[in-house]
Amino acid sequence: MNIRSIGLILHRELKSYFSSLIAYVVIVMFLLITGYFFYNLLATFSVISFQAQVNPMLAKQYQLLNINETVVRPLFGNISIIMLLMTPLLTMRLISEEKKSGTMELLLTFPVKDIDVVLGKYLACLVVFLVMILLTTTYPILLLILGEPEIMPMITGYLGLILLGAAFISLGIFTSSLTENQIVAASMSFGILFFFWLISYSVPFVSPAFGQILSYLSINEHIASLAKGVLDTEDIIYYLCFIVLFLFLTLRSLESKRW
Amino acid sequence: MIDVENLTKDYGDHRALDDISFSVEKGEILGFLGPNGAGKTTTMRILTCYSPPTKGKVMVAGHDCFEDSLNARRKIGYLPERVPLYEDMRVDEYLSFVAKIKGMPSRDTKHKVVRIMDDCGLSDVSRKMINSISRGYRQRVGIAQALVNDPEVLVLDEPTVGLDPKQIKEIRSLIKELAGKHTVILSTHILPEVSLLCNRVIIINKGKLVAVDTPENLTSGNLPRVFLRIGGDVVDVEKALAGLSGVKSAERELTASKDTCGFIVTFDNEKKARKNIHSMIDENSWDLIEIRPMEMSLEDVFIKLVTKESA
Ligand SMILES: Nc1ncnc2c1ncn2[C@@H]1O[C@H](COP(=O)(O)OP(=O)(O)OP(=O)(O)O)[C@@H](O)[C@H]1O
Ligand SMILES: [Mg+2]
Repeated sequence: MNIRSIGLILHRELKSYFSSLIAYVVIVMFLLITGYFFYNLLATFSVISFQAQVNPMLAKQYQLLNINETVVRPLFGNISIIMLLMTPLLTMRLISEEKKSGTMELLLTFPVKDIDVVLGKYLACLVVFLVMILLTTTYPILLLILGEPEIMPMITGYLGLILLGAAFISLGIFTSSLTENQIVAASMSFGILFFFWLISYSVPFVSPAFGQILSYLSINEHIASLAKGVLDTEDIIYYLCFIVLFLFLTLRSLESKRW
Repeated sequence: MIDVENLTKDYGDHRALDDISFSVEKGEILGFLGPNGAGKTTTMRILTCYSPPTKGKVMVAGHDCFEDSLNARRKIGYLPERVPLYEDMRVDEYLSFVAKIKGMPSRDTKHKVVRIMDDCGLSDVSRKMINSISRGYRQRVGIAQALVNDPEVLVLDEPTVGLDPKQIKEIRSLIKELAGKHTVILSTHILPEVSLLCNRVIIINKGKLVAVDTPENLTSGNLPRVFLRIGGDVVDVEKALAGLSGVKSAERELTASKDTCGFIVTFDNEKKARKNIHSMIDENSWDLIEIRPMEMSLEDVFIKLVTKESA
């Protein structure tokens, strides 16, 4: 590993993200959609609070007056789904574009290790993602101004979102290394991410032991406890393993493509 | 400087390179010739450590291309056939990216990039985006990025494609200047370029090595030839030429008009033949319209070797 090479590649990729407008388009779309969800959650919450003021019985019945339960947790749920839809659009070009245009041939004859190329590209996409996700902190900040939500679940929730995004990106860069076609790369990311997302739905229908494995593999099970404010190392380890595994596979795929 | 031993490369069950061995001394310019699909680009990709060989060993500047690839790659500047560049960068930006990623210290790059742009005639477009410059300028940027860190070995896949005649001349003299200090391997389809530039020539065909020699040696076995245009009847002239002593063969050219005809005449005894042709024209009172030496003999060697091999 060579920090300078990684930095140079990261810098170049970032420039390309912003000069090609991909980054702007994805970030703006992301903020519009999550903003729309946030607005609706907030509107629902205020309607319920208003009704509860009129009829205190109702509030007890639904137990909905907790802003963390009604707004923050559903918001994190929504953000993570939209992340799943948006990150493949950020990652699809990372390697496939260079393979198609042939610049990969030249890049790999420069004195840089394959791992520097992969890490530089990965980190560049991660930076764009972080910009995107940090812009959404306006929503919880608004909540802090307007109400009194618990802070801890919001912090761990964001940690969860960042880990989730980092995992999505590692898968995205892997599928991008498999093909010269960006659409194919994005489709594969969607497919595999949905698979990891949806396997938890099968848990009730299989044997308990197998169910446990499935729910451990499921990518969104691990964000649930983080969103509740529970910091469990097991969840963090899951995401880190996921990231390392797919970065490793990317590296192998890059090596094998030289043959 | 470059040692290639028993190089073989398979793509699936297609053998792109078959047991190729050659070596290049420091400071030499080696020309790579071969018809389309011969395996020139494949060889260059292996030399530049992009793709590993199926069998065989390649050493560049003392480093094994496969086992010690990173050190080998530090010594190489490569211009790929397709000239792949980052379209979304400016020319100067791109060249300084390449210089830095090749390990040049940041404080040297600025100065170096300005100089290389000057050498390659890029100063006018230095602040333009690469996707907006013309084909010839792209080619120059490709050459500039290969040269930017003064590598010991230069591998250039068809470096003069797409350049205007003036630029071809400039790039050729640039390459010529590099010889001595650098070792250059270049592939080309322009045969005169090889005679002009290269100390040695390698001809490959269908993955097999056909010839390795200096351009002079390759062409020296050839008999001298002239192009002859005579004002007279084709059949008569052909008959007369065939019977002439000193003339080995006379091939009819397709440029005959009503009362002139053209021949490519090969001599086995030049002095005698010239005299005889002279008297033949006199005797028949034909007109001598044109006589000039034919010099494209490397082309003939090439075609001869390549067709012989595939026959
Ligand atoms: N990546 C690849 N996969 C499969 N076959 C390949 C690949 N690259 C090259 N080949 C085959 O190897 C052979 C040699 O190709 P190569 O590109 O080296 O030819 P070349 O001498 O550079 O030709 P040209 O003069 O057209 O550039 C060709 O038959 C080609 O089809
Ligand atoms: Mg080629």
